[in-house]
Amino acid sequence: MEAFNNMLAGGAAEDVFFYVFAALTLLCGVLVIMNPFSRNPVTSAMFLVLTIISMSGLFLLLHAFFLAAVQIIVYAGAVLVLFVFVIMLLDLKEEERRRIKLFGFVAGIIAVGGIVSAFVKSLASVKTDGPPPTVEGDTISLGHLLFTNYTLPFEIVSVLLLVALVGVILLSKKKLE
Amino acid sequence: MHVGLHHYLLVSIMLFCLGLLGVILRRNLLVIYMSLELMLNAANLALVSFSRFNNKLDGQVLVFFIITVAAAEVAVGLALIVALYRKRQSAHVEDLTSMKL
Repeated sequence: MEAFNNMLAGGAAEDVFFYVFAALTLLCGVLVIMNPFSRNPVTSAMFLVLTIISMSGLFLLLHAFFLAAVQIIVYAGAVLVLFVFVIMLLDLKEEERRRIKLFGFVAGIIAVGGIVSAFVKSLASVKTDGPPPTVEGDTISLGHLLFTNYTLPFEIVSVLLLVALVGVILLSKKKLE
Repeated sequence: MHVGLHHYLLVSIMLFCLGLLGVILRRNLLVIYMSLELMLNAANLALVSFSRFNNKLDGQVLVFFIITVAAAEVAVGLALIVALYRKRQSAHVEDLTSMKL
């Protein structure tokens, strides 16, 4: 118990939490795209919720408190509910196992492998010898930045939301001309 | 080893590639859409970790905008999928080949 407390004091707890959340995020991410037990889209959506929530844990570890909350409220609360709602609306049956075309599969793996190698190569040039991080992503500082330096993008995004609203209503009308 | 920028970026890379793999391998439109969300989230994670380790908040503001735009995009995309399903009774990409030569 004492050793555990010492570990907490030494900042090692954050490392442990990082590994837990990272493992959870990646595991649930794998289960979103290929679940060996079920190919039902609802299962994918549920694991996407878990991915989002564990990722907001990672945001907390990065001291992005506002974004962690927004991530849960907007993604897990709104976007995923929309997904589940549409799945319910479409009444999708359990997806039968269609034969995956070998050519597409191999080409896909090669493409993903190429992108992975490019990313990992660029990782080597990342400098990590900066000053220790002190920035806090709390609501006050983020809101201050949002309404001083980023006022114009903020307004444009609100217009975009309005356009999306009108577009969705138009698209989901009964008769599409 | 202390957890630093590299660790977060590695998680972000792996998550992005998972999303890409999902887009390539899966044939269900909705699951492809979820994989797209996964890729957006990977980009968000990279931006937040850059913002943290550069001591600048601008990255987090960008993530805020990305989340907003992603929400709008999901609404429009799902409306398109529903409209498509009404016309074709299918949400499989292999059934939607009318633009194929």
